[in-house]
Amino acid sequence: MLNEGKIKVQICLGTTCFVMGASKLQDLERMLPPEWKDKVDISAQTCLGMCQNPDSGFIKAPFVKINDEMIGEASVEKVIDKLKELIVV
Amino acid sequence: MQTEVNTVLLRREVMVRLIKAFLSGDFLKQADGVPFDMRPKHAEVPFRCCIHKERAILRERAIAALGGSIEEDDDKTHLSEYAARALERERPDETVLTVIDTACQGCVPSRIYVTDLCQGCVARPCTTACAFGAISIKNGRSVIDGEKCKSCTKCMQVCPYSAIVKIKVPCEDACPVGAITKNGSGHAQIDVSRCLSCGACMASCPFGAVAEKSQMIDILRAIKSDKKVVAMVAPAVAGQTPASINKVASGLIKAGFDIVMEVAQGADITAKTEAKDFAERMEKGDQFMTTSCCAAYREMVKKIAPELKPYVSETETPMHYTAQLAKEKYPDCITVFIGPCVAKRKEGLQDRFVDYVMNFEEMGALFVAMSIELAQCDDYVFETQTSKQARNFALTGGVAESVKVASGGKVDIRPTCVNGLNPKVVREMMMWAKKGQCPTGNIVEVMACEGGCVAGAACLNNKKIAARNVAAYADKAEDIKPD
Ligand code: SF4
Ligand code: SF4
Ligand code: FES
Repeated sequence: MLNEGKIKVQICLGTTCFVMGASKLQDLERMLPPEWKDKVDISAQTCLGMCQNPDSGFIKAPFVKINDEMIGEASVEKVIDKLKELIVV
Repeated sequence: MQTEVNTVLLRREVMVRLIKAFLSGDFLKQADGVPFDMRPKHAEVPFRCCIHKERAILRERAIAALGGSIEEDDDKTHLSEYAARALERERPDETVLTVIDTACQGCVPSRIYVTDLCQGCVARPCTTACAFGAISIKNGRSVIDGEKCKSCTKCMQVCPYSAIVKIKVPCEDACPVGAITKNGSGHAQIDVSRCLSCGACMASCPFGAVAEKSQMIDILRAIKSDKKVVAMVAPAVAGQTPASINKVASGLIKAGFDIVMEVAQGADITAKTEAKDFAERMEKGDQFMTTSCCAAYREMVKKIAPELKPYVSETETPMHYTAQLAKEKYPDCITVFIGPCVAKRKEGLQDRFVDYVMNFEEMGALFVAMSIELAQCDDYVFETQTSKQARNFALTGGVAESVKVASGGKVDIRPTCVNGLNPKVVREMMMWAKKGQCPTGNIVEVMACEGGCVAGAACLNNKKIAARNVAAYADKAEDIKPD
């Protein structure tokens, strides 16, 4: 990852994602190591549109988008693992 | 209490699928398919030993979601049959909890256990600390004689290596009144004659083995009927989603409810009535009075501690008053209480004005199943303004405070809170009843869940964030006006 700009983390706090587990992701910012603070830009979104994919979309909720990559069944651990990859490289 | 752990998410997924099945027009067949749709052929087996066990457990979760009793299940009745019964029944089942025995791990019995951290030290304080002679040293290690051990934990407290632990059974440990124990086969069993329906066991079981018998299908049927259906949202709702309470209310209208009322409306009546009751009792010379709105506490007084009865306010609950208002205004309506609480389901079954109870998780599942995005909903306008204190009923301390403000400074009022029930508190309260006195105050607010209703067993949001949101919403309102 080129070290220009910050890594964009969009957490979906839309209704489907929230009910299916995103409420935990509200804590993400606090759980990041302090030295990452100026490397990531976390924002909350309402519905990234993924849950409306035909039929089974809600099962993969909650969704988090990191830069251009969509992560399904997202958890704080999953997001941190992904960020580790991006930040270390 | 715990939210968002895997067991909770499984429960929600089952519920979403059953609601979708109901709405599909092919309910019975689709209901039958739920365990197979969730664990299709060759699917990964995330939690249990094999796919068949996973499906068997999902089937039982679905039985509870359809309102059935797992205690009466014979393993061979199809989910479609349970679905068909849900479509026909006149009334939901009287007991609100059911144990999914296939899911229950049959946790090892609770006992005091010496781990291999024991150094067999020379001081051996554990042997002298034990008043029952249960500890001896064998092969250089401390050993507990289970026959003699009284689980007093004295040895645990004195071990310098913290080598002695108490093995807990999560559900038993969480129950404030010893109502859940293991039966002959080692699986959990609830003694309904003691159970408060507080939901603590449900929230604590790491296997998700305690479930509520849902009334969701009954409610969906009501919505489909041509009767008016009134949703009554508990004050804790203001903290449950990132969307405002007004948007949640609009979401409920989209889901098919006709009117939404805040239960805070009834809380205003409760606060004023309780203030009056309190003043009269103090006048009479009583030393203390307890609040009466927590459904689990009401059950506790009824089943476990009747000696407290004379000290409990006669006031009805906010849910009751709100439902009464609804029935007066819309005579033929069906009332549905929506809240964070398992015990309210029990109370709802006993209250003539309340038809059904739905919890916040089920409300969330309804939004998911119907693809209702709250952020895109309008701001619903409630017909009646509620007070700041009524909105704070969902927080520990909120109810006692409301009684204080509603008293208007006319009496000496010293609020104190029982914030969460556990065996020790229950014993203490029984002592107050015996002595006719509470050492910490004269108006005792009792809430079974630590933190208040925002910490109820069927919430959607983390209790701290929820409490903050509830308080922010309360701050927008005016103070309650004493009569
Ligand atoms: S906590 Fe209780 S209900 Fe849950 S698995 Fe253990 S014994 Fe069974
Ligand atoms: S009293 Fe509460 S914790 Fe005990 S069995 Fe009943 S619901 Fe479970
Ligand atoms: S609510 Fe998250 S993708 Fe729709």
